[in-house]
Amino acid sequence: MNTLSGRKLVIGGIFVAVCAIYLLRLFFIQVMDDSYKLSANNNVLRYMTEYPARGLVYDRYGTLLVYNEVAYDLMVTPRQVKVIDTLDFCKTIGIKKEQFIKKMKQAKAYSSYKESAFEKQLSKETYAALQEKLYKFKGFFVQTRTLRKYPQEIAAHTLGYVGEVNDKIIAANSYYKLGDYIGISGIEKSYEEELRGKKGLKIQMVDVFNRPKGRFKDGIYDTLAVSGQNLVSSLSAKLQKYGEQLLQNKTGAIVAIDPSNGEILASISGPSYNPNLLVGRERTKNYGKLFLDKSLPLFNRALMAYYPPGSTFKLINGLIGEQEQVTFRETRYPCARGYPVMGGKPKCHPHPSPMDLPGAVSTSCNSYFCYVFRSIIDNRKKYANVVEGYNAWRNYVLSFGIGKKIHTDLPQELPGNVPTQAYYDKYFGKNGWKSSTIVSLSIGQGELGVTPLQMANIICSIANKGFYYTPHIVKGIGPKKEPRPEYKIRHYTKIAPEYFEPIIDGMQGAVDHGTSTAARLKDIVVCGKTGTAQNPHGKDHSVFIAFAPRENPKIAVAVLVENGGWGATWAVPIGGLMIEKYLRDSISKPDMEKRMLEGIVLSTEKKKAKETE
Amino acid sequence: MRKSQQGIFKNIDWLMVIIYLLLVTMGWINIYASVFNEDHYLITDLTQKYGKQMIWIGTSLLLALIILVIDGNFYAAVSWPLWILVLLSLIAVLFFGTEVSGSKSWFRFGEFGIQPAEFAKFATAMVLAKYLSQLNIKMTEVKTKIISSIIIALPIGLILLENETGVALVFFAFILVLYREGLSGNFLLLGVVAIVLFILALLINKTILIIALAIISAILFLFMRKTSQNFILLFSLFVLSSAIIYSVDYAYNHLQSHQKKRIDVFLGKESDIKKAGYNVNQSLIAIGSGGLTGKGFLNGTQTKYDFVPEQSTDFIFCTVGEEWGFAGTAVVIILFLILLLRILFIAERQRSSFSRIYAYGVASILFFHLSVNVGMTIGLAPVIGIPLPFFSYGGSSLWSFTILLFILIKLDAYRLEILR
Repeated sequence: MNTLSGRKLVIGGIFVAVCAIYLLRLFFIQVMDDSYKLSANNNVLRYMTEYPARGLVYDRYGTLLVYNEVAYDLMVTPRQVKVIDTLDFCKTIGIKKEQFIKKMKQAKAYSSYKESAFEKQLSKETYAALQEKLYKFKGFFVQTRTLRKYPQEIAAHTLGYVGEVNDKIIAANSYYKLGDYIGISGIEKSYEEELRGKKGLKIQMVDVFNRPKGRFKDGIYDTLAVSGQNLVSSLSAKLQKYGEQLLQNKTGAIVAIDPSNGEILASISGPSYNPNLLVGRERTKNYGKLFLDKSLPLFNRALMAYYPPGSTFKLINGLIGEQEQVTFRETRYPCARGYPVMGGKPKCHPHPSPMDLPGAVSTSCNSYFCYVFRSIIDNRKKYANVVEGYNAWRNYVLSFGIGKKIHTDLPQELPGNVPTQAYYDKYFGKNGWKSSTIVSLSIGQGELGVTPLQMANIICSIANKGFYYTPHIVKGIGPKKEPRPEYKIRHYTKIAPEYFEPIIDGMQGAVDHGTSTAARLKDIVVCGKTGTAQNPHGKDHSVFIAFAPRENPKIAVAVLVENGGWGATWAVPIGGLMIEKYLRDSISKPDMEKRMLEGIVLSTEKKKAKETE
Repeated sequence: MRKSQQGIFKNIDWLMVIIYLLLVTMGWINIYASVFNEDHYLITDLTQKYGKQMIWIGTSLLLALIILVIDGNFYAAVSWPLWILVLLSLIAVLFFGTEVSGSKSWFRFGEFGIQPAEFAKFATAMVLAKYLSQLNIKMTEVKTKIISSIIIALPIGLILLENETGVALVFFAFILVLYREGLSGNFLLLGVVAIVLFILALLINKTILIIALAIISAILFLFMRKTSQNFILLFSLFVLSSAIIYSVDYAYNHLQSHQKKRIDVFLGKESDIKKAGYNVNQSLIAIGSGGLTGKGFLNGTQTKYDFVPEQSTDFIFCTVGEEWGFAGTAVVIILFLILLLRILFIAERQRSSFSRIYAYGVASILFFHLSVNVGMTIGLAPVIGIPLPFFSYGGSSLWSFTILLFILIKLDAYRLEILR
């Protein structure tokens, strides 16, 4: 027996060994390895995002432009789905049985225990019908979320739209999670951070069946959602709507700005679309349609289309000439139905000659401004050669906010184009060009590319006699109702204030008795300038820029009607109507209004403009 | 009266009693935490498992007292009748029992149930002790081995018929008893080899495995003295191994699908944590997330919110791990280890062979339960549904473990009165 009692050590040894192994294993998984804690949290914690209400957008008079409408997403937790009357269910939410089976499969593939969207954005009617029966459909519930609505159905390009974030955005910005919405264009994009507010987080504990079991640690880690800030847009809904009506059946753009502060009153790009098309269930379908539309309704011409400014550019050349002390109010140049220096080219229309500076502006004399341009660039007392002269001229031009982005608060803005010396060097060869080579710049043709927004900004600078505020679309953010600080800064042109008088005189003359009489208003002094932007692809574009009243200007407007021919045909009357509408809120020329509203300008240009995105 | 009271507790091993009380109390508290119901927050609420467990604890203590009161000679004397009675009840339950999830092992009396298989453990331990303690019995004799095997195999067979595989496996623990009483250590080794073969048979194609074994046998023979005796030994070992492999393969293919799954998951052949591996995975998460000191009493989310299955019975150790951390699990394991070693110590101080052998039986059963139950919760053993002694919820198991242990305590207290 004694030999056998030694075996107690073997047996005891086994006991000790197994317990030691277990203790080691426990020490490892409990103390050394943290991954199980994470798994336990993943099991039990559900991070519920509380979505803040996106900020609303009002126009300058308090008209609601953008608000949120409740939408209903039908959610499903596949595991909890009990046998239901599938037919009734499908009928209620308006889907087919095959779709039901497919959607259930998708939901199960995602997770049997976690909820996922079964059908997004049910209509109010569907929701109402479904709600009464929901008790019969175990495992389904309705989650509310908000959709953007645009009650005025205007300013689609300016207001923009929101859409679900994609992987790229999620990767770039940790704020966004799958399924979140983000502004994709317009104000929705540029004021995304102000509008979106702050998401809240509710941490809930759930059991194995995903049933809520209360707040995690009594909610000490929970955060409340903070609503987005409301915005006051500088737009006038009335003016915007009116402008859109005027531009219907036409292609082009209208931009109206309050010169005294840079607030954009209207920004119209035609053709446009109803912003509500890009909301909700039909969004993708509608977007596809708009995207493929040959008239490019998604393309925001006001900010993105380059047009040669045409004769409106003569204003700038005149101003530069004065500042350079080569042109004065009384300076007269001959016109022989064209520029005599170059054998009558560019051509001009019949008018008395020679004229002084205001007269040349009023009659839009081509020859006059060719002389002015030449005397600026070929001023050999000041500039050693044409290159120096050209660069000096170009710097003046750039100071009007052309040829570079002016950094408005809308996305998609493009810089426009004022050719550089390097461009001409390349094109004509070094020393291969002189003022006469590029003389078309004097009358706003050639390689110049200016967006309608920039045209409107030029006219603001003239109205203000030498400075502009960066045009912006939001004049009030949140409760303070202040715009972004950069929009309260004056940007000065390189032209001294005193040189504006002759030009403005000329503009007034143009409206009173010159090329722009269609914009004349009783008791309000309107100053304007027509333009005809040469279009190598088809009929010329009709351009008009104007401001009013002459003292304390309240509105500056740039109108561009593609293929509209002479400025006076379409652009001037539309500009005049816009000014009157804004200043008086009534129209004194109903006949003209009718003609403009009903007018159809067929686009003859082959569309080759860039797409929005 | 006073004298008899003194008599009951005379020479009692208080260390075992204290560990028993500690484990039972800790078990009760953890059952409370694992199925805590805020509407019934009293631990004594009889509508809840923890309230019921209180009743089981109370009746167990009563049983313990009764066992201590009864004369020490009684147990050896009733071993056979008791064992036969338990066997009969194991047969009866096959006919009159209630089927619970595929197993027919319960007699139901209203809300409460009795599981005879639980009581077969201590009855078999007693009979084995009774048989082996006879004077003329030697473990080395073939007859002894056969009779011992029958004593162990009979309840196994009946319990397998009830479809309680887990409980049946417990009886294999008695090999430790036989070893202590003289069974060759080779059998222990053989057991280990059999387990290894068992696992290999499931993992590797059986033909390849047998060819490999044949090669190993041949190589071994080359290095051994080339006697016919060695040849026969190696050859029979080879045949035996092959037989094990084939029977394992056969048995595996005839297992029920859920049992197959469990085995597959344990062997790592299948790792679908959503299905068969779910239990072990969630149990690991529960214990692993406890950290050093645990999440605190009633703060275990894994167990309270039902991520861990059977959290009051087979997986009660998860609650300990989650709410009390490594501190808690270490205390439980060390308490069990102290108890096991104490039982070995007590076994060796017995004058009566019956008491000694019985003590080894107790240790073997407790050890098997501990190692398999804790092992499965930490992924070191396959999922076999057997309770953690004294801890898990359930009347039958608590009663049977109490009886098992307190008979030993009584026998030990009585040891000095036995004449050599």
